[in-house]
Amino acid sequence: MALLAQQLVNGLFIGSVYGLFAVGYTLVFGVLDILNLAHAAVFTLGGLIALWLVGTGGLSIWTAFPAAVLCCGVLGLILDRIAFAPLRQRTDSNFSGLISSIAMAIIFESAALGLFGARTVRFPAHTVTVHIWRWAGIFITSLQVEIVGIAILLMVALTQFLNRARAGKAIRAVAENDRTARLLGIHVDGIIAFTFFISSALGGAAGILFGLYFNSLSPDMGHSIELKGLAVIILGGMGSIPGAILGGLAFGLSEVLTVAITGTSNLRDAVAFTVLFTVLILRPSGLLGRKKMREA
Amino acid sequence: MAALNQFFAIYGSLVNFIGINALLALSLYLTLSAGQLSLGNAAFAGIGGYTAGILTMKCGVPFLVSVAAGSLLAGVVGLVLGLPVLRLRGVFLAIATLAFGEVVRIVVLNLDITGGAQGLVGIPNITTTWGIYLALAVSGYAIARLRYSRVGWCFESIREDETAAETMGINTTYYKTLAFTLGAVLAGFTGALYAHLNYIITPGEFGFSVALDLLIYNIVGGIRVWYGPVLGAALLTALPEILRGTGLTAGPIRMAINGLILLLVILFLPNGLASLFERGGRGKPTAFGAAVSEEA
Repeated sequence: MALLAQQLVNGLFIGSVYGLFAVGYTLVFGVLDILNLAHAAVFTLGGLIALWLVGTGGLSIWTAFPAAVLCCGVLGLILDRIAFAPLRQRTDSNFSGLISSIAMAIIFESAALGLFGARTVRFPAHTVTVHIWRWAGIFITSLQVEIVGIAILLMVALTQFLNRARAGKAIRAVAENDRTARLLGIHVDGIIAFTFFISSALGGAAGILFGLYFNSLSPDMGHSIELKGLAVIILGGMGSIPGAILGGLAFGLSEVLTVAITGTSNLRDAVAFTVLFTVLILRPSGLLGRKKMREA
Repeated sequence: MAALNQFFAIYGSLVNFIGINALLALSLYLTLSAGQLSLGNAAFAGIGGYTAGILTMKCGVPFLVSVAAGSLLAGVVGLVLGLPVLRLRGVFLAIATLAFGEVVRIVVLNLDITGGAQGLVGIPNITTTWGIYLALAVSGYAIARLRYSRVGWCFESIREDETAAETMGINTTYYKTLAFTLGAVLAGFTGALYAHLNYIITPGEFGFSVALDLLIYNIVGGIRVWYGPVLGAALLTALPEILRGTGLTAGPIRMAINGLILLLVILFLPNGLASLFERGGRGKPTAFGAAVSEEA
């Protein structure tokens, strides 16, 4: 029983990182209807930049974290300017945007490979001081609490921002209908660039937390979370922020539960993708999605 | 003749790979020609390859029969998968087929009969370069003929506007499933040829990155004429060798150039490299994948 509870706790922690990653993914999809496949590459670069700042730059993780997140936001601006803005007026912008995001993903990944090498690297020891608490047979580390705390903080901040702030409301207006938003005097291109900034910053933050949690970073670490992120946003409903958060948690829990029940990690991803497939067939708008998104 | 023999001694496997990749790219072209974005063709190739390989190796079935069986099974799976998933459009279809592909890969990874992660080892080497290029010539010819047949026009009208095609009395479900299944058969066939080429196949050779590569071949080459995907596959498969010839050895730079080519093509040649040879081919991009945004 304690083992199961421990697994659930672990699932919650990794699920919050998935959620943070997926929130950025789904934000861009909600605004542009484009799947940004370079999001996973930004995730990787986020983790590696933070590591470089800590390891080579000698910063503490609490300074390196916001700095790396900011760098990732700037990467998002570059991404928008190079890969998405030139295609915006084309009739096939969904499809060509998907392709150019793949191209940018390849370029970012090769940059990660060139700048940081192909090896799996770790944060230096004592980057974060870890306390271990034991409660009712369950182990919880202070690192886990910090990770889940930061993830929840960022997700709550984003939700509040989208609901309250003027720029957040503008993002929602553009997501709803960019032509009307433009007529109402919203600077649509600026808002889209800003959306990319936020999305990539969150993706980078997820990368740093992921790197801290597993204490291993490599240029191809984005590959596994790329597909999981897709599964999460489908599960939660494309474009839905609360859906992405809940989807992330559900996905993290389903992963550890599959391992706990089958006793091996072999089928972990198969179960997740079967769930994804079933959701797409039975309820294509996702669990919390807007109905109109996928109707024929 | 001696020079030719020497060329083959050095570049024989590259020539074979170009042929295989061109065939796989054509299998996706069939599906794309009806406007359906599939990322499942790598998995179909895997199904065909593993079926044929197991039949030849473990049951002593003649080469041609096992290739036929591999193609057939891939086709049947394509049909069964196509019926439910082809209701989805654009990116959602891509994600559903991607989930299917991942499940296939993980299942193959965990079965005993497929050899698991080590792959299926010791498949007799029967496929010849002539065989591959004969298959390529036949399928290229058939696909070129298909384009101006009744079926070809139906595919094209669905790609341009599915709703309009349906209004015109075209049975869109039938033709979409036909395009998807034909693509699966050709992918399965190619997979079966590939299995008998290198003594060994592994699950990773039919994963997500291969599925993306097939899409990239099509985009870089162009999806309006049958030789587009062949051109794309030939160029991108040979690119590492060409770059080696120019003295570029470092891995990240090659990868970056790959991404850069893809980015430049999608930004400046929306109809691919093939449009350079076509009169007036550089005009309006194919109205492809536009369905999602219009509906949303």
